[in-house]
Amino acid sequence: MATITYIEHSGAKHEVEVKNGSTVMEGAVDNMLDGIIGECGGCCSCATCHVIVDSAWYEKLDAPDETETEMLDAVPEPTPTSRLSCQITVSDELDGLVVQMPEEQF
Amino acid sequence: MKNTADNVVIIGASHAAAEVISTLRKAGWEGKITLIGDEENLPYQRPPLSKAYYSGDINTDKLAIKNPSFYEMTKVGLVLGARADSVDRANKEVVLENGTRVSYTKLVLATGTRARLLPVEGADAPCIKYLRTVADVDDIKSTLAPGGKLLIVGAGYIGLEVAASAIKQGIEVIVLEAQERVLARVTSEPVSAFYQDIHRQAGVDLRLGVGLKRFVTKEDENFAELADGELVKFDCAIIGIGVIPNVELAEHAGLACDNGIIVDEFTQTEDPDIYAVGDCSNHPSQIYQKRIRLESVPNAVAQAKTAALSICGDNRVYDQLPWFWSDQYDVKLQTAGLMQEHDEVVVEGDVAARKFTVSYFRGGKMIALDAINSPALFMKAKKRICMDLQVDN
Ligand SMILES: Cc1cc2nc3c(=O)[nH]c(=O)nc-3n(C[C@H](O)[C@H](O)[C@H](O)COP(=O)(O)OP(=O)(O)OC[C@H]3O[C@@H](n4cnc5c(N)ncnc54)[C@H](O)[C@@H]3O)c2cc1C
Ligand code: FES
Repeated sequence: MATITYIEHSGAKHEVEVKNGSTVMEGAVDNMLDGIIGECGGCCSCATCHVIVDSAWYEKLDAPDETETEMLDAVPEPTPTSRLSCQITVSDELDGLVVQMPEEQF
Repeated sequence: MKNTADNVVIIGASHAAAEVISTLRKAGWEGKITLIGDEENLPYQRPPLSKAYYSGDINTDKLAIKNPSFYEMTKVGLVLGARADSVDRANKEVVLENGTRVSYTKLVLATGTRARLLPVEGADAPCIKYLRTVADVDDIKSTLAPGGKLLIVGAGYIGLEVAASAIKQGIEVIVLEAQERVLARVTSEPVSAFYQDIHRQAGVDLRLGVGLKRFVTKEDENFAELADGELVKFDCAIIGIGVIPNVELAEHAGLACDNGIIVDEFTQTEDPDIYAVGDCSNHPSQIYQKRIRLESVPNAVAQAKTAALSICGDNRVYDQLPWFWSDQYDVKLQTAGLMQEHDEVVVEGDVAARKFTVSYFRGGKMIALDAINSPALFMKAKKRICMDLQVDN
């Protein structure tokens, strides 16, 4: 279990408990948060789950694979700490993770 | 929306249904929501059934579209393992198979499709299977041990995905296809040729342009008899020759159906209190200027949103560009748009390196693209096709 903070583009903050094994994308859609769509269900095909990871946290995550890296290049307004949230699996180590939602998803 | 006695009833508990629920609550629907589904499971993802779930990379928990607590949070009345038998439009009630009546204010038909049955002799034998549900996959996997022989009839996406997943598990795979190439219904020759190569390289015995006469069982062994008389031995067969939309509820209720349940741009049927979304709906596409029925998760999800918003009084035209994906081996295919009536095909990239795109044009405008391990180009094409075609409209 990890508490994850999702910050909407408007600044609205949501602290959500997400169970281990779920992804950061699932934590958002299961709790009906706006700003993450997750159209492909998490198989790294749609790029509608873009988040900007807090830079201190970014380094702690496993590096994105080639598909994810390429897709991140094509999202609207990519940043150096952008990730596809369906590719981040939650574990106890991620307790306290903070992610920001972009202004628009792909 | 104000009356909390109002009830939105959804028939079919899958991709579209989960999204209807989520969007209704987000849009402020305060009435009841009832979900009727004939499978026992809460809505789960079908795409992994032929991919990561089949190959054993993920378990049933990971299939869930929403976590079980979502249905408590959204206060949905769950009626699972129950089949809707008919819709009584005059009384605005759904009649379940056990006779129970459920009244609705608005009804959403999300009944999807079912596998098309193979009309050949012997196809009713227990070793002949179809793959549409998680129960189907569990059943297939329990009858096939590593080293077993799997016969796949039909080289569409599902058949080929299962071929890739099964071979990874040490199963021997034979694929029979009546057409001269794989994926003939959905893609062009260069893409078909590519998939033929990668499956053969992986060890699949792929047979194209072959007729299947019948199935025979001799001394506990199963054989497929081909048109030329050859007998092909197998342990278990999966038929993947397409699907049929589940329109019977709508049809018997007197709603227009033609390759799907006919809906307008707001996913509404001719009865303003009944919507139809997802694989079962036949809808107008402004982009392609014709009626279409799609079999894809993005379509089911986006139509579900349109219906839920319309129920809440917010009518927004549904006009998403169709798109699809398929994962086989280390190859991700992403398709944007519909490849129909094109007059120019352009192949770019490195086919041998398994990284290329095939674009389809009509009158100089891009109408569709297949991207093989080229996700950024897929995303760019999605934008371009929308722009190219909207200029037209
Ligand atoms: C193996 C497989 C792989 C796939 N891969 C992909 C992919 O990679 N990408 C992609 O985009 N799409 C894929 N698809 C297609 C995708 O799964 C469908 O487009 C999607 O499931 C459609 O969702 P739906 O909600 O419209 O209907 P469905 O998922 O078909 O669900 C309809 C539900 O309604 C139930 N039902 C029907 N009639 C009744 C009744 N009278 N009473 C009660 N319940 C009823 C059915 O049993 C079913 O549970 C795949 C499908 C399969 C089977
Ligand atoms: S949910 Fe589709 S790429 Fe993340």
